[in-house]
Amino acid sequence: MSEVDTVRDLIAVVLLLAGAFLCLTAGLGLVRFHDVLTRMHAGTKPQVLGILLIMIGGAIRLEGWSATWMLLLVAVFQMLTAPVSAHMISRVAYRRRHVRRDLLLVDELRTGEAADRLYRGDEPADAPPEEPARALLESRRDEGTLPPA
Amino acid sequence: MTAVYWAAYVMLGGGALLTLVRLARGPSLLDRVVATDVLLVIISAGLAVYAALARDPTVVPVLVVVSLLAFVGSVSVARYIGGMLMSSAGDGQDVGLPEAAEEQAARAAEGEQR
Repeated sequence: MSEVDTVRDLIAVVLLLAGAFLCLTAGLGLVRFHDVLTRMHAGTKPQVLGILLIMIGGAIRLEGWSATWMLLLVAVFQMLTAPVSAHMISRVAYRRRHVRRDLLLVDELRTGEAADRLYRGDEPADAPPEEPARALLESRRDEGTLPPA
Repeated sequence: MTAVYWAAYVMLGGGALLTLVRLARGPSLLDRVVATDVLLVIISAGLAVYAALARDPTVVPVLVVVSLLAFVGSVSVARYIGGMLMSSAGDGQDVGLPEAAEEQAARAAEGEQR
């Protein structure tokens, strides 16, 4: 157990505290935000910046090349994999309509046919199709429980 | 030094607890995937903070394992949810979930009765 005595230790401790604070903001954002994409926005803060700050702080404090290389490996790995998993999760979230489309300002994936026309059975309760009544009628017609108009 | 310990661990623990709240409440599976991802990152951050503050490099290899695990877990669950969608028509837009055969039969019977 060593104390903070030099400027180097002070820098390391400040970096560690900043990283820990980013983890707290991630938790707050996950609880407070309202759909998958905004929660991912909050959750990615410690995934990249927080881990980087903490790894730099740890490398300064640990003072050994083996530990430093391993911390560098973790940081590089996080920065390589975070975009991949974020892309896959957000793609599935958009397709399964776990996105509040009424809150989007720009929606470039959306085309005429891709408008929310049908009930698919797995929508979150706060993001129904546009014009819910007509959508329900058309969904029923598509599945054949109502005669076509 | 004790104050630094307390501040770091309280912030990390608060973040982990709030993430657990989202993991328990999260309305969809994807919210839970995101929450699990963030929880694993916070766990690895906590291990790294411990290693740095106690100058104890023995937990550093665990960090590599935890970060690998987070990536593999979130990608495989996302692939799994994506596989639940039916084969897409057009420009990658899904056409909905596959229906169970019993459900389709029940719907057809209901249609005949009307």
